[in-house]
Amino acid sequence: MITYLEAIREAQAKALRDDPRVYIYGQDVGQFGGAFKATKNLAQEYPGRVLDAPISEDAIVGSAIGAAMEGMRPIVEMQFADFSTVGFNQIVNHAATLHWRTAVPCPITIRLPSGGTAGGGPFHSQSMEAIYAHYPGLIVMAPATVEDAYSMLLEAVAIDDPVVFCEHKYLYYHLKAESLPTEAMPTGKARIARTGRDATIVTYSAMVHESLAAADELAAEGWEIEVIDLRTVKPLDTDTVLASVARTGLLLAVGEAFPWGGVTAEILARVASEGFDLLDAPPRRLNAKDTPVPYHPNLWGTHRPTARTISAEMRDLLRR
Amino acid sequence: MLRPMASTAEFPRAHTELSATEKTFLQAYRWMLLARVVEEKLASLYRGGKIFGGVFLSKGQEALSVSLGISLRKRDIFAPLIRDQAARLAFGEPLLDCTRTYMGSRLGPMRGRDGNVHRGRPAEGILPMISHLGAMIPTVAGALMARRFRGIQGTVGATCIGDGGTSTGAFHESLNLAAVERLPLVLVVANNQYAYSTPTTRQFACRDLVDKAVGYGVEGHSVDGTDLLASLQVVGHAVERARAGHGPQLVVASLLRLAGHGEHDDGHYVSPGLKEGALGRDCLKVAEERIIDQAWATREELALWHEDAQRQTEEAVAQTLREPLPDPSQEDWCSLASRHLSEG
Repeated sequence: MITYLEAIREAQAKALRDDPRVYIYGQDVGQFGGAFKATKNLAQEYPGRVLDAPISEDAIVGSAIGAAMEGMRPIVEMQFADFSTVGFNQIVNHAATLHWRTAVPCPITIRLPSGGTAGGGPFHSQSMEAIYAHYPGLIVMAPATVEDAYSMLLEAVAIDDPVVFCEHKYLYYHLKAESLPTEAMPTGKARIARTGRDATIVTYSAMVHESLAAADELAAEGWEIEVIDLRTVKPLDTDTVLASVARTGLLLAVGEAFPWGGVTAEILARVASEGFDLLDAPPRRLNAKDTPVPYHPNLWGTHRPTARTISAEMRDLLRR
Repeated sequence: MLRPMASTAEFPRAHTELSATEKTFLQAYRWMLLARVVEEKLASLYRGGKIFGGVFLSKGQEALSVSLGISLRKRDIFAPLIRDQAARLAFGEPLLDCTRTYMGSRLGPMRGRDGNVHRGRPAEGILPMISHLGAMIPTVAGALMARRFRGIQGTVGATCIGDGGTSTGAFHESLNLAAVERLPLVLVVANNQYAYSTPTTRQFACRDLVDKAVGYGVEGHSVDGTDLLASLQVVGHAVERARAGHGPQLVVASLLRLAGHGEHDDGHYVSPGLKEGALGRDCLKVAEERIIDQAWATREELALWHEDAQRQTEEAVAQTLREPLPDPSQEDWCSLASRHLSEG
C-alpha cells in the first residue's frame, strides 16, 4: 500500500531521477526530509539537488523563477500553504506574468500542503487555491486521490507554466492505494468519482471524500448522487460539470475554503450563466464558515463541510 | 541602421596612447551620454503625449549605473532597475529595446504588453523587472543557482536597488539567501536620498546602508556615485570579487536623483542643500571635466560624441515611430505557455 504522501514523495523522486533540470528547494526539505516527510531521503539519494532554504518564502519563489529562466524546473515546497502568502508577490506578480510578458516560460512547481487537520489552527489549515486561481498565468491543481497526487505532480513538473500544487494534509496519511498509477487523465479534465442520476456534487481535494461519504449515506435513502472531482481548479473543466448537471438537474458545489468568492462560486457562476436551463432548482454551494480556521477539533469539525453537512444540504436540495 | 556601440577603433589616433582604464572611462562616458540623451528625448516625447504611462530618468545616476553594466561580461546575468539606462546599454541591450518599450512598438521585446523600464531579454541574461522593489534580487540569485546546478562557472549576477528598496522584505530575504548559498551576486544600492518623496531619515535608521553587509555576512563597498572613476573602480572590484568566489557583494553608492521620481513629478521636495552640495554634482559633467583635465579627449571630440548620441537617439525614435503598435485583434490573450490549458 502507498499513501498520498508517499505518492508525492515518489513523484518527486521520479522527477529528480528522470530530469536533471529538477531540483527541490524549501524549508527543512534536505537531510530532514521535510516537515511532513514529503522529501524523505531525497537529499541523500540526489545530493546537491534537494536544498534546505532559509525561512524566506518570497526569496524562495523568486529564486525559483530565476532558475526557471535559466532552464531549470524547480519544485518549491511551502511548508504550509498558509505561508505561501509571504511568497505571494513572486507567485502572482512575477511567475504568473513572466511568459505573457516575455514569451519565456516559467516552469516552476509550488507545492502547498493545504487544508485543515484537527489541531492545525488558523495558520496551518488554509485552502489557498481560489486566491491563486484568480490570477492569469497560473495552473492550480488539487488532487484528491493517491493516483492523482502522483501523476498530477509529475505533470506539474512537466508543464511549462507555474503550477500551484495544492496537496491536502488530511489525505497525507489517511489515503492509501494499492500501487502507483501507470497512466493518468489529462490535466484539466475532471473525473466522475461516482455516477448518479439525482443530483451532482462538484468538489475537489479532501472534500471529494466527504462528498463520497455523503453520497453513500444518501444512497441508503435511495438517492443516486453523482460526485465530480475537479482535479484541477484552474483550468476548470466546465464541460464535465455542465454535462453532469444536464443529467441530474441539481447542483451542489462543495469546497473547504472560505465562502466569499472562490471555486464553488465560480462553479455556480458558470453553470448559472452557461447552463441555467439545465437546472431544476437554484444551485447551491457549501463552504467553510466565514471565520479563520479554528484550532480545537470540536470547532474545526463544524467549521468545514463534512459528510454530515453535505448530505444534509443535499437532502434539502433534493426535497426542494 | 544604428551605429554599433562605440569602440576604441572610433577614437582618434592619439587615443591609442590611453591606458586600459582610461579607455574604459571614455567608453563608459559615451554610454552615460547616450543614456542621458535618449532619456531627455523620452522626457520630451512624454511631454508631447507620445508615451503612455510614466517616464523615469536616470539623471545623476548614470555613472554608477554604467559602472555596473560595463563591469559585467556577455554571459553574466543582469536585472536592471528603474534608473539603469546606462547599464543596459553597456551590458548590450539595444537602444531600440528602450524606445520600442516606452512607445509600445509591437516589435519591442515586451510587445506593448509591458512598458518603460519593465523590459528585458531573459535568454540574453537581461531579466525584466517587476515593479515590486527587491523582487529581482532573489530572481538573480536563482538564476545563479541554476548556473551552478548546470556546472557553468565564472558567471556573475547583478542587480540594483535604491535606498527605499533596502527596506523591503525581499531585500532582506534575498541578500541573506544569496549569502547562505554564497552566490556570485553583486547588489548595487543607489542611495539617491529619496524614495519617491521619502527622505532617507524616514527610510532607515542605520548609520550607513553599507553596514548592512556585515549583518548578512557579505562584503560591503562604499562609493561616491557622482564620480565615474571611483564608481568604475569600486563596482568593478566588487564584480571581480564575486567572480573570484568571495560571495555576494553589496555596493552602496551615495548620489542624488537629479530629476523627479518620474517625469510626472517635479521633485520639489528635494532639499536645496543636497542639490547644492557634493551629492548634487552632475556625474556626467564631473566625468567630462576629468576627460578634459586629463586630456583624454578634446572638447571637439566630446561635441562629436554628443552629436553621435543624438543621431542614434533620433534614428531609434524615428524607426520606432514607423513600427506597428499593439493590435488587440492580433493578441492571443493567452497567459500560458501551455496553450491547451488556457481558459481563454
